[in-house]
Amino acid sequence: MTIESVVIVGAGHGGVQVAISLRQEGFNGRIVLLNDERGLPYQRPPLSKAYLLGKIGETAMLFRPQSFYDEQRIEHLHDRASHIDRRNQRVMLVSGGAIDYDHLVIATGARNRPLGVPGAELGGVYGIKTKADADALSIRVKQARDVVVVGAGFIGLEFAAVAAAEGANVEVLELGDRPMARAVSSQMSALFADAHRSWGVSFNFGTGIVALEGEDGAVQRVITSDGRRLLADLVVYGIGVVPNVELAQEAGLDTENGVRVNAELLTADPSISALGDVAAFPCVQNGGALTRLESVQNAVDQGKTIAARLVGKPAPYAALPWFWTDQGNLKLQIAGLSVGADHFVTLGDLPARQTSVLCYRGDELIAVESCNRPGDHIYARKILARPPALTRAIASAPDFDLKAWEAASRA
Amino acid sequence: MPTIKIVENNGTVHEVSGEVGQSVMQAATFAGVPGISADCGGACACATCHGYVDEAWVGAFQPVSESEDQMLEIVPERRSSSRLTCQLVLSADMDGLMVQLPASQF
Repeated sequence: MTIESVVIVGAGHGGVQVAISLRQEGFNGRIVLLNDERGLPYQRPPLSKAYLLGKIGETAMLFRPQSFYDEQRIEHLHDRASHIDRRNQRVMLVSGGAIDYDHLVIATGARNRPLGVPGAELGGVYGIKTKADADALSIRVKQARDVVVVGAGFIGLEFAAVAAAEGANVEVLELGDRPMARAVSSQMSALFADAHRSWGVSFNFGTGIVALEGEDGAVQRVITSDGRRLLADLVVYGIGVVPNVELAQEAGLDTENGVRVNAELLTADPSISALGDVAAFPCVQNGGALTRLESVQNAVDQGKTIAARLVGKPAPYAALPWFWTDQGNLKLQIAGLSVGADHFVTLGDLPARQTSVLCYRGDELIAVESCNRPGDHIYARKILARPPALTRAIASAPDFDLKAWEAASRA
Repeated sequence: MPTIKIVENNGTVHEVSGEVGQSVMQAATFAGVPGISADCGGACACATCHGYVDEAWVGAFQPVSESEDQMLEIVPERRSSSRLTCQLVLSADMDGLMVQLPASQF
């Protein structure tokens, strides 16, 4: 059946990429892009980086201007899907309308995990998810005296660095025992903890938030899990995200830890795909385990893969994950996934904070973390994208032939 | 509003209206010019916005930074005129700037 209409639910990095790639691939049918935010679709990384710092303006954050959507015949609608009628292949909209689809792409992304403690609704408490958040924070961060950051993940630390640079007292609360524990090696964690401290950021590991207190509707203090009261006139939290699976779940699709898709990013419904922050896919770099990756690269590359499939060029998704975060004057770039790494090799100049950590699982290189060494990062991406090196497991197989393996691995 | 020329590898010329302060990458992608991927959106993190700056214009831009130089090592066909177009900022006197795109960004 020829696909003549594609409806994309969500106008973040993944959704927008599907639309752009469909036209690039020569798709001539109808493309509808549903955006539940007002205004044109825009990029998220700058919200906690360049845009927050005032280095770039609103227009520079857009994926494309209105003229692009007009010229490419991409119908960009400000609306939200309320229900998927799978039998009739139709999406119902909150505005009351409905749109038929030959193919549907769920690109609903993820929302910030809420603080969920008393006082979280006080003024001066922000996540960093939307342009509205960044607009408010770019003003407040200049005025704040006592900033409390909840969560020492990427978002929290990007903001902590900005707040410290603006001269605020910055206290970071983190349940774990080191920064970015979910995603980086302890060596790289230590480098960043050190750097942040040198910028004036204080860490409170093994510490959570129990409540926020305020006056006249504005936050004044944070109560920590070890019973301290920290002054806080600005609180920013970054404690993870929750995939927006509700639409898919209600439609009867499998949604444990994300909308479940196969290697080609197709759900159990042959007319519905999913990608990006919301999708759980079998990840080659994770031994084929169902994985949900939260990154621009994942959304963009998955968008390209889905578009290619929809014009008749299906392929399993196997792109190498990569990621970047900018904190202070440090650019951390990560190639691959370091889940399960048990050996590490450090390269470069640790005191100068120009260093790379090679992460191994057994004798297989699985990820490289590079701080201010973009050259290492870029070569790591080439190396990691090649077929896996000769591991112990391969070499100990019966009838293993070294010469044959080498010739085959060059192909 | 400088008008610049982006030339695809197959020779197709696109005349693009840029904004002062905008990057060449953004001017080109905003105008729908094919051949620039710009996966990271202009953060100098992906090396997929590669272009060759016409000789006459090389000096008009800030020289290649250390990190841009390192990122350029991965592009398929690097030349002395290679730049990451997200790092090329347009100014008012860049009317007629010409940038050629490579055969592929990957």
